[in-house]
Amino acid sequence: MSKEEKLLEIRFPAKAERLTLVRALVKRAVQTVGCNDALGEKLVIAVNEACMNVIQHAYQGNSTGDIVLEIHHAGSQLRFKLVDFAAPIDLEKVKSRDLEDIRPGGLGVHFISEIMDEFKIGHLDGGNGNYLEMKKSID
Amino acid sequence: MKYNTRQDNHYTIVELDGEVDLSCSPEARKQILECLNKAQNLLVDLSRVTYIDSSGVASLVEGYQTAKKKALKFGLISVSVAAMNVLQLARLDKVFPIHASVAERIASDA
Repeated sequence: MSKEEKLLEIRFPAKAERLTLVRALVKRAVQTVGCNDALGEKLVIAVNEACMNVIQHAYQGNSTGDIVLEIHHAGSQLRFKLVDFAAPIDLEKVKSRDLEDIRPGGLGVHFISEIMDEFKIGHLDGGNGNYLEMKKSID
Repeated sequence: MKYNTRQDNHYTIVELDGEVDLSCSPEARKQILECLNKAQNLLVDLSRVTYIDSSGVASLVEGYQTAKKKALKFGLISVSVAAMNVLQLARLDKVFPIHASVAERIASDA
């Protein structure tokens, strides 16, 4: 098994205005390990939605907290980890919804589950935040 | 994101330009709903949209539903590849009326 290498680690304020920069960095990071443009764009969508969920639901629009994003690479596998420092979220509420129900909102988790091979979400030890880990094979 | 509003036949056209993300989707939503609240038939031109996230898509869904409630016409025109990829991911490409141009939409109304 290939040794995992960290491609990127950034810590940024949980503000919508920071997402343009985050998207650009993610796009560039996955390109450096040979991700094609089409897959790169999808990965950017998934990471952006994950960040949005943190801003809107974990921090509830109160942009005083930070988000840490790490991207790791091992062989053909990419692993994305997002950590926030908000109060523990209700994990039961983090789920994809029925797309037949045409209504605004609630698409973020659907995008993540469609794009990524797997993802898991949980609370940080000590109850001082939440994490989301997403994996994708780029073969 | 920048936007522009113009008239063409019986439609108001809202042209969105650039990245429609969480930082500016409230403005896109406001433009769309303002037109519909003035009882204007509305087309949203997405030809210059380089990125749209789920909050931008939510603004379009809200416009679509508001138009339906008010019995107004609503649609998307000249959808960029980046925007279409997201609409397909949300399976909304078969829900919104989508046309290549204003002229094509007007022809389909006839």
